[in-house]
Amino acid sequence: MRIWRFAVYAILLTSALVLTRCAQKSDARPVTVKGSDTMVILVQRWAEQYMGGHPGAVVQVTGGGSGTGIAALINGTTDICQSSRPMKDEERAQMKAKFGRDPSEILVARDGLAVYVNEANPLTEITLAQARAIYQGETENWKAIGGSDAPILLYSRENNSGTYAYFKEHVLDGGDFSARAQTLPGTAAVVNAVSKDVNGIGYGGDAYAKGVKMLALKRDDASPGVMPTDATIHDGSYPLARGLFYYLRGEASPPVKAFIDHCLSVEGQKLVAEVGYFPIAKAAP
Amino acid sequence: MSISTFDTTFKPLPKQRRFDLQGRTFTTLAGLAALFIALMVAVIMGNIILNGWSSVTWEFLSGAPREGMTRGGIFPAIYGTALLVLLMVMALVPFGVGAAVYLQEYADQTAWSTRAVRFAVNNLAGVPSIVFGLFGLGFFIQFLGAGIDRALGLDVVYGKPALIWAALTLAMLNLPVVIVTTEEALKTVPREMREASLALGATRWQTVRHVLIPQAMPGILTGAILAISRGAGEVAPILFTGAAYFLPFLPSSPTDQFMELGYHIFVLATQSPDIDATRPLLYGTVLVLLALTFLLNLTAITLRARMRASLAGRS
Amino acid sequence: MSVLRPGIDPLSHRRLQRLREGVIEWALRACAFAAVAGLLLIIVFVFREAMPTLLNPATPKEASLAGFFATPLWQPVGDVPKYGLIPLLVGTLKVVIVAMLFATPLAVLAAVFSSEFATPRLREALKPIIEILAGIPSVVMGFFALIVLASWLQAVTGSSMRLNALNAGIALGLGVIPTVFTVAEDALRAVPKSYREASLALGASRWQTAWNVSLPAASAGVGAGVLLGLARAVGETMIVLMASGNAAITSATVFDSVRTLSASIAAELAEVVMGSPHYSVLFFLGALLFLVTFVINVAAGVFVVRLRRRLAGT
Repeated sequence: MRIWRFAVYAILLTSALVLTRCAQKSDARPVTVKGSDTMVILVQRWAEQYMGGHPGAVVQVTGGGSGTGIAALINGTTDICQSSRPMKDEERAQMKAKFGRDPSEILVARDGLAVYVNEANPLTEITLAQARAIYQGETENWKAIGGSDAPILLYSRENNSGTYAYFKEHVLDGGDFSARAQTLPGTAAVVNAVSKDVNGIGYGGDAYAKGVKMLALKRDDASPGVMPTDATIHDGSYPLARGLFYYLRGEASPPVKAFIDHCLSVEGQKLVAEVGYFPIAKAAP
Repeated sequence: MSISTFDTTFKPLPKQRRFDLQGRTFTTLAGLAALFIALMVAVIMGNIILNGWSSVTWEFLSGAPREGMTRGGIFPAIYGTALLVLLMVMALVPFGVGAAVYLQEYADQTAWSTRAVRFAVNNLAGVPSIVFGLFGLGFFIQFLGAGIDRALGLDVVYGKPALIWAALTLAMLNLPVVIVTTEEALKTVPREMREASLALGATRWQTVRHVLIPQAMPGILTGAILAISRGAGEVAPILFTGAAYFLPFLPSSPTDQFMELGYHIFVLATQSPDIDATRPLLYGTVLVLLALTFLLNLTAITLRARMRASLAGRS
Repeated sequence: MSVLRPGIDPLSHRRLQRLREGVIEWALRACAFAAVAGLLLIIVFVFREAMPTLLNPATPKEASLAGFFATPLWQPVGDVPKYGLIPLLVGTLKVVIVAMLFATPLAVLAAVFSSEFATPRLREALKPIIEILAGIPSVVMGFFALIVLASWLQAVTGSSMRLNALNAGIALGLGVIPTVFTVAEDALRAVPKSYREASLALGASRWQTAWNVSLPAASAGVGAGVLLGLARAVGETMIVLMASGNAAITSATVFDSVRTLSASIAAELAEVVMGSPHYSVLFFLGALLFLVTFVINVAAGVFVVRLRRRLAGT
C-alpha cells in the first residue's frame, strides 16, 4: 500500500506545481463583455487589439446571444452587454427597477442583416413580404417565388439571439416563426447549414456570409434589390440595416470606459470594416 | 471413474440433433447484436482517432487558441478541466468516503434513517445532469453566492458562474459513485480484520482509520477516478455554472470562470465562426477528452480487478 | 493506538476518547446525511423556482399551467411569448422511443449472447467494448451524431432535415446500451446454474433454455435495466442538444427535427433574467424531468427488489 500513498502524493505535488506555475496573475480586474453572437467576432478582435496596445488590461468576451447578454446585464454578471438589437422597453424598465437608472446605450457599429441561400440557388433577390411568407411557413416551395421545384428548408436562430429578435420584429412584423424552422445556436452554424443544403434559407449578420449567397433585399415588388454596402447601410436604402450596441448599467468605470473609447476610435472603427461590418460613420470616399 | 464437475455443454443425443432453425436464427441474431455494438464502438473510436490524431501535437496541448479558434491549442481547456476536477475531488472524497464509512460501519442497517440515506443515494444517481445544472444555478450561484456577496458587501464576486460552484455541482453529481464504490471496497475487508482490531482494544474510529481505510484504498481510489472521469466528461452541469468559451487568462481563483474540454467541444461543434476551419481543432479536442476519460476508466478498472483478485487470493 | 500518557487517569482518558468517538460518529453521520440533504435541496430549489408558473397569480397566463397546453407553439421570446409544452413533450417522446427501440433489443440480445452462448473468451472481449462505450462522454456522442452520423443517415434515408429525431434517437440509444446491457447481463448471470442444467437435461436446446428459462427468471433484472436506460434517455441533454435540430415541431415522423425538454432548458437558460416567467417555466421543465426520472428510478428499484426476492425464494 505504500506505493499507492507515494503515487497519490507525487500526483498531488506535481499538479500543484504545474498549476501554480501556469497561473498568470492579472493585475486589473477583467472587463467582461457578453452577448451577441453576431458581434462576438468583432468584439473579440477589438479586445485582442486593445489588450495588445494596453498590456496588463484584460477584456473577456463571450457570446451566447443578445438575450443572454441583456439578461447578464440585468442579473449583474457582466460589465458590458453587446447586443445586435435595441433593448426592449420591458428590459429597460427592469434595469431601472433594479439599478435605479436607465441603461446607457452606445452605438458601436452597423450591420446589414442578410438573407442567405445556397450558392446553387438560382434566385438573386427577395422581397421582405416573400421572406415573411417563407419564414412563417406560408410559402413552402421555392417555385412559388421563382426558384426550382423543391421544398424550402428554414434555418433560424435560437430565441436568445438578437438577430432572431430583430428578424422577428422587422421581417415577420412581430409574428411567429414557423415551427418547422430549425434553430441553430449561432450565425456561423446557420451559414454552414445553408452552404451544405441546396434548398436551405437562412439569415444573419452579413460579415458571416462565406460559402453562401446573399440575396438582394427589396422593400416591395416595385423597389430595386439592394445589397448591404457601406453606402446603402448609411443612407438607409438597405431595408435591414441595424445598429450594433453596447449596453452598460449606469456610468462606465475607467477600465470599461477605456475599452469602449478604443472601440469607437479611428483604429477601432477601421477594424469594423476589416471584420465585415460597417463603421458608425460613413467611410470617407 | 470419478464424477467430474457437471458439464453444462450438454450434447444432445444423436436422434435429437436436427437442425434447430429457430434456435440457430436467434443465436445468430444475438451474436450479431453483440457484433453490431462492437462495430459501432469501433467506428466511433476509429473516426475520432483517424481525424483527430494529426491535430494532437505538443503545440496543440500546450498552446492557447488563436484566430477565432482556428489555430493554436487547447491548453486553457485542459488546465481548466484539471482545476475543476481537482476542486471537485477535494470536495467530494471526504463526504463520499465519510458517508460510506458511516453506512457500512456505524449505521444500523434496519433503521429507517439508514434506508433513507440509501434511497437518497440511489436516487441522486438518477437525477438528470441538466437538473444538476439548474440546481447549481438556483442554489449555489443565486442563493449561496449572492448571499455571500451580500454578507461580505461585495459587488458581484460569488453570485456569478465560477469555478467553485461548478466544482461543487459536479461533486454532488458524483457523490453516489464514490459512496457506492467505497462501500463495495469496505465490504471486501474481511470481518476478521475488524474483530482483531477491536479485540486489541482499538476504538471503532481507530479501526476505520488505521485498518479499514488503508485496506479499502484501491476501492476508494477507483471511486475517485470514476468520479474524475465523469466530471471531466459531463457538460450539462457546467453550462451555466462556470464554463466559458474564450478567456484571455487562466483561472487563478475559485471565483473565476474557466475553459473546459467538454464545453469547448460543444461550442466548437455548434457555434464556431468558421466550422470547416475549426474541424481539425475540434477533432483534436475530442480525441484528447476521449483519451483522458479512457485512461482514467482503464486505471479504475485495473484497480478494481486487482482488488477483486487480491480478495480472491486472500480467501 | 493511543498510548496512555502518564499523569492522566485512565477514567478521564476513556471519557475523552468516548467524546472524540462520538464527535467523529456525528461527523460521519453528517456526511451521510449530506446525500439526503443534497437530494432534498435539489427538490426544494428546483420546485421552488418553478412554483411561480403554477401558483403566482401575477404570472402571465401564457406561462401558467393552462397556458402550457393552450398553444401549439414554443416561442418564449417575443412580444407575446408562447409556452406551448406539446411540441417539447412530443419531441422528447419521439427521441426516447427511437432510442429505446434501438437500444433495448440490441442490448438485451447482446446480454443473452454474453451470458448464455458466448465462450468465456468472447465474454471477456465483449466486456471492455461495452465499458469503452459506457466511458464515451455524452458530448462526444453528440459530436459524433452531429458531424458523422447525421450525414450517413441523410444519405441513407434521404430525409430533408439533416438533424432529426432519428439521428438523436440512435445516438441516444448508443449511449443507453451500456446501462441496459450491464444490468441485464448481471441479472442473467445471477440466474442459478441449476435452472439451466435442469432445462438442458430435459432436452431443451441452448436457445430454448435461454428464451424460456433464463430470460424469464432474470426478467425483473432485465426490466430494471430497461427502466434505468429509459430514465437516462429521458434526462440526457448534450446528445439531443447537438443532434436533434432543436426545432419545436409537433409531428409523427422521425425525420423531422425535434426539441426536447432537456435541450430547451440547456439552450435557453443562459438568456433568462432571473425571476422572469421564462425562468420559472424553464425550472418547471426541470422539475418535470426530475419527477419523470424519479418515478422511473423508483420503479426500477422495485423491480430489483422483486428480482432478489424471486431468486432468493427458490
